[in-house]
Amino acid sequence: MSTILVLVRHDGGTVQKSSLELLTLARRLGDPAAVVHGDVSDALVDALGRHGATTVYAVTPLTPPAYPPVAEALAVAELAARTAPAAVLITSGPLGTEVAARVAVRLDAGIVTDAVQVRAEAGGPVVTQSVFAGTWLVEGRVRRGTPIITVRPNAVTPEPVATPVRPVVERVDLEDPASPAVPRVVARRPKATTGRPELTEATVVVAGGRGVGSAEGFRLIERLADVLGGAVGASRAATDLTWCPHELQIGQTGKTVAPQLYVAGGISGAIQHRAGMQGSRTIVAINKDPKAPIFQIADFGVVGDLHVVLPALIGEIENRRG
Amino acid sequence: MKIAVLIKYVPEATAAWRFAEDHTLDRDSVDGRLSELDEYAVEQAVRLVEAGSATEISYLTMGPARAVDAVRKALAMGGDRAVHVLDDALHGSDAVGTASVLAAALRRMEFDLVIFGMASTDAEMSVLPVMVADLLRLPAVANAVTLRVDGSALTAERETDDAIEEVVAPLPALVSVTDRSGEARYPSFKGIVAAKKKPVTTWSLSDLEIAPERVGTAGAATEVLAVRPSPPREAGTVIVDEGDAAVRLAEFLAANKLL
Ligand SMILES: Cc1cc2nc3c(=O)[nH]c(=O)nc-3n(C[C@H](O)[C@H](O)[C@H](O)COP(=O)(O)OP(=O)(O)OC[C@H]3O[C@@H](n4cnc5c(N)ncnc54)[C@H](O)[C@@H]3O)c2cc1C
Ligand SMILES: Nc1ncnc2c1ncn2[C@@H]1O[C@H](COP(=O)(O)O)[C@@H](O)[C@H]1O
Repeated sequence: MSTILVLVRHDGGTVQKSSLELLTLARRLGDPAAVVHGDVSDALVDALGRHGATTVYAVTPLTPPAYPPVAEALAVAELAARTAPAAVLITSGPLGTEVAARVAVRLDAGIVTDAVQVRAEAGGPVVTQSVFAGTWLVEGRVRRGTPIITVRPNAVTPEPVATPVRPVVERVDLEDPASPAVPRVVARRPKATTGRPELTEATVVVAGGRGVGSAEGFRLIERLADVLGGAVGASRAATDLTWCPHELQIGQTGKTVAPQLYVAGGISGAIQHRAGMQGSRTIVAINKDPKAPIFQIADFGVVGDLHVVLPALIGEIENRRG
Repeated sequence: MKIAVLIKYVPEATAAWRFAEDHTLDRDSVDGRLSELDEYAVEQAVRLVEAGSATEISYLTMGPARAVDAVRKALAMGGDRAVHVLDDALHGSDAVGTASVLAAALRRMEFDLVIFGMASTDAEMSVLPVMVADLLRLPAVANAVTLRVDGSALTAERETDDAIEEVVAPLPALVSVTDRSGEARYPSFKGIVAAKKKPVTTWSLSDLEIAPERVGTAGAATEVLAVRPSPPREAGTVIVDEGDAAVRLAEFLAANKLL
């Protein structure tokens, strides 16, 4: 069976959920081989084996450390040249996209970004993309070089294999070929963590927009998210007003989410916002304007004031749970 | 210090976009404009000139004849001149093909800094900045929210999910800027008038010494097999709050096993 190279991200022993999704997808296309940077612990190798990776390429970090996307692209391009895989799978998002773009150029290979579905076909993987703010579906294929595919988080449900595999671990030492000048990270200010689920991975997302009215109003969105065990999201209007951090922005220039439940409070539903959330399974909207476009895609809409409806809803949910 | 800014002519976001027979975006049937996300790139360049950090701005676009509208809009915001890569053989180019053309054009231009938008509003791939950087072997900072140049280096801030990073790259360098880098100005009347006199040079593929079969539909490394509209979402229930909305909403969530 042909190899499918999967760029895996992890934090020490835990493999990121989006990487497990890629491994699950890779099994449908061929024989998954994981490309891993940094410390490869036994626990990590086991987790990869449970998700079907038959090979783990453990890439030794370059010294001095290289700019991450450039270092990852170097490794993936090199391994792709060496193993002639049937496809390379990378998670969509700023970092993944940068790696994939560089690999495509270096291999002079076709790239398809932000896949919502990938299926095996005789002529190579057929990739479905959701384009034009989610209004069209496009099926395409790479016809020159190794298919480089970035996959949207949540496009696949991660599933372990019935019988775990013992992956072959192979160390990969790379040489940095007279590398082009790269940027240097001179300062890094970590952001505060919230303890809430990661936005793109959450099964419930509660998002607030300009209609929330103020930074204090945004607390209501957070409270509902906490009651539902979900992540907090926002429209660009709400992040621009600094009612919440920018990384919570959903939409064309923010994140793409597809949770089981999406609750939009005080969001009008502009096309750029819908682009990032209309793949959600169930959409609930609370907006005082009955003509707000968000109602066109909502499964359940409430025309009303969120400052009244949300506290009542939180109370009602708490009551039901006793 | 000289800046090159990459701009794209795209269909208006609010128009109903269609596919043409050949599965490419039908650009003739809808109004086009300078991509809103590239206006941020233009804005940053103009600000660098105003701050005295840069002296000249040249724009570069690849696109159909009408793309000159986008060029004029950018020139009305500021800047000195533009290059328009125009060739019928470019129709249907994929990302790798487009990157090779833009890189070839940049090789013929003078610059210390290249500024891109974060993504085109039609293709939305966000790949061209780094692809071009890789081809030209330039250091690249993708998705910057602030940038400044001093003498020989570019300093940019970018937001990742868990941190704000400050990144320094030696010039010449390439950067893409997000829609959070600072609101783009409206062209002034004076700017619009001045833009009409600024030179726009047209280059064909032969000027760039690129074989036509390397680009366009013929040279594309990807192919579209089928397109179809997304299935419309089924119309849901909309209720007007009469004091009972929270209860009915909770019932809906419970019935759908979402509580
Ligand atoms: C290139 C580009 C990229 C963009 N990218 C994004 C993106 O990634 N994400 C994004 O979200 N936007 C994006 N936008 C912006 C987008 O066009 C909209 O401006 C934005 O989504 C509007 O946010 P909003 O719905 O919160 O605000 P508004 O459109 O102002 O809507 C506020 C809503 O709140 C309702 N409301 C007010 N008070 C109450 C109340 N008390 N109770 C209930 N409802 C109330 C109002 O009826 C209204 O419908 C982008 C725009 C451009 C040009
Ligand atoms: N045809 C083009 N001509 C000039 N610049 C372009 C073109 N296509 C893309 N770009 C630039 O590359 C950026 C990212 O585009 P994309 O990778 O298509 O999302 C855009 O914001 C533009 O700055």
